[in-house]
Amino acid sequence: MDFLNALALITNYILLPGFTYGSQLALGALGVTLIYAVLRFSNFAHGELMSFGAMVCILFTWLGQSYGINFGVLPTALIFLPIAIGFTALYCFFIEKFVFAYYRRKKSDPIIFLIASIGVMFFTAGLIRFIIGPSDQNFNDGVRFIFNVREFKAFTGLDEGFGLKTSQAITILTTIILCSILFVFLNKTRTGKSMRAFSDNEDLALLSGIDPNKVVLLTWVIAGGLATFAGVLYGLDKIYKPFIFLQMLLPIFSAAIVGGVGNPIGAVVGGYVIALSELFVTFAYRKVLAYLLPENMEPAGMMQFLSTDYKFAVSFIILVIVLIVRPTGIFRGKTI
Amino acid sequence: MNDVVRRSLVFSTFAVAIVFIGFLQSWNVALGIFNLCLISATMALGVNIQLGYAGIFNAGVMGFAALGGLSAVIISYKPVSETISLGGLGILICILILLLGSVLGVIVYKSNLTQAYKKILFPLIIIVVLLLLNLIGAPAVERIEAFEPAASGFLGGFGLPIILSWIVGGVIAGLVAYLIGKITLGLRSDYLAIATLGIAEVIIYILKNEDWLTRGVKNVNGLPRPVPYEIDLQESTWFIQLCQNYGFPLVETSSIVVKLSYCFLFSIVVLTLFILSEVALKSPWGRMMRAIRDNEISARAMGKNVKARHLEIFILGSAIIGLAGAMLTTLEGQFTPTTYQPLRFTFTVWVMVIIGGTGNNYGSLIGGFLVWFLWVEAEPLGLYLVELITSPLSETNPLRIQLITNAAHMRYMMMGLLLLLVLRFAPKGIFPEGR
Repeated sequence: MDFLNALALITNYILLPGFTYGSQLALGALGVTLIYAVLRFSNFAHGELMSFGAMVCILFTWLGQSYGINFGVLPTALIFLPIAIGFTALYCFFIEKFVFAYYRRKKSDPIIFLIASIGVMFFTAGLIRFIIGPSDQNFNDGVRFIFNVREFKAFTGLDEGFGLKTSQAITILTTIILCSILFVFLNKTRTGKSMRAFSDNEDLALLSGIDPNKVVLLTWVIAGGLATFAGVLYGLDKIYKPFIFLQMLLPIFSAAIVGGVGNPIGAVVGGYVIALSELFVTFAYRKVLAYLLPENMEPAGMMQFLSTDYKFAVSFIILVIVLIVRPTGIFRGKTI
Repeated sequence: MNDVVRRSLVFSTFAVAIVFIGFLQSWNVALGIFNLCLISATMALGVNIQLGYAGIFNAGVMGFAALGGLSAVIISYKPVSETISLGGLGILICILILLLGSVLGVIVYKSNLTQAYKKILFPLIIIVVLLLLNLIGAPAVERIEAFEPAASGFLGGFGLPIILSWIVGGVIAGLVAYLIGKITLGLRSDYLAIATLGIAEVIIYILKNEDWLTRGVKNVNGLPRPVPYEIDLQESTWFIQLCQNYGFPLVETSSIVVKLSYCFLFSIVVLTLFILSEVALKSPWGRMMRAIRDNEISARAMGKNVKARHLEIFILGSAIIGLAGAMLTTLEGQFTPTTYQPLRFTFTVWVMVIIGGTGNNYGSLIGGFLVWFLWVEAEPLGLYLVELITSPLSETNPLRIQLITNAAHMRYMMMGLLLLLVLRFAPKGIFPEGR
């Protein structure tokens, strides 16, 4: 019984939030990794793309709500997600056309691409703050919990329990579906294969008649779509904050690099590794140990490795360790 | 166009802009902007050494600037004797433990033990150090932070003249840069950017959360000044006499004099750094750096120790950024960790260097001046533009109100556009790097 109580505690405070946050990071890291695989640069604007997608979704949600549209128990934002994806993909299309296409033609150094992406980041950040303002927006209007801690305790009769938030369930399910679609697309369809070929060996791909412009545009559209998903799901789960997305850049890049940059499976695994380790390291184990250890050995302190304030530091430390020990990441990145 | 003409043209255009602001808004505003322009130029010089001389992408400018700010607090703030007697000893022991732990770590690393032993010993050292820090440090920190948390709750500093912190800020930033550089400089350029971005965030998190050191988000106010206070000037007889003789308004003149004194101090720093950077760039050392940047492999083939040179330049540049950070905190008279935003500190400085011309010190100067000028003036300009565009709409139109309240954020858009346009159409910047 004590063991189950400890497990319920860990599920509530580490596993569920960890897998949710990990899914959001994974979606973000997938976008970063796809851009890296095809265009060969680290896109610093990706956080702002997530923010942009979420912003469009919020604006349409407000519009919809003012006409009385809602999605019942689910958040209204989900109805408008496709529209937001469309807008973000269009925005990415313009970025590619007006900014990156030129450097691609000139075959510029990756670092020039990186600087250009910082220009895009600046511009997008300004655009977002100009349109929606710098303050927080809460747009989750669905039912908050599928079942909460109290109901769980009453159902199982345990002393501890866990609640499942609607946003958590939506995030994890969506990520599983999206990743499956993406992997089928990359491995089975003709277009997906041409993307992989292009990423693997650009010259050879050109030789076999793959249109580079088409591949690059498609990559941007997919990355934009994934960024929108990540931004909206993050906003639904926590809150939409324009400032948070620049900070998210660090865990997202860490996830992509830890998994092996350019490798989609690596990005997903990296996202979960980063998110779960952030929570495992900053969780206070006192109550869990109280259940697991014999009665008289209950620990006095909080039994916390690191204060929760240093959550972001964890992803950074993991990043540095991976970069030193195994710079190619867990899954040996570089190509799709 | 020859270089000298081009330089004097661009710099005099900037001077005209400042004078223009002086007449249009006020001399106080103009000098305020110019002082920050000088600090921006210092940061830009630091980043230029890294980005321009050696092609190192340091995305952690914010962190080093914040370390400079921290050193201003530690050097100049009066020591809080109560908290020192409460927890000073504990903190001192913690610092010693940290040092001892690091020395032990280095000894283990350098020793000829087998990998297996090292793999056990390293985590062991880390765990023991963390445990000891928790046992000794936590109660001390708690006692310090519990002492009058609304007014104090931190250790204070050494109570020395704040100018000293400019040097100390540089040294601290340089030391941290040494540690970071040792770990990250072997990385590819974009990994280095990401890693330094992370380090800056971690530094800011530490400054925000370690209340015993910095008061965290409660900020440190009232740092002493290296120049006289306006109030003292207004009360001193010679100053009143002076104003009466020439018919200056007393209050305004006093604040202009204070700003001019800051301007004088900052100008000395900027000029010294500028001359030193120019000399370094033209010296064999500077040529070697550019050779390494342009072709690392052939430089290595010539027997140059690329990694050591990169570390050198990373430390130098970061120290200058730390110095600029200390100058900034001195000017503001307060240390507020929440104001350190990567967009404002890290990437804006990059924009300065790139627009001015990477690798050219004149470029960094003018880049720092112009970009900061635009950053400040973008707000009134953006507001004016938005009001012009939305003028057909009625006063109470929600869209108009929304746009006008958010107009200040146009500066980010402007920075982005500026960077993209310069990168596309004049990638070498205002002053291209000389041969």
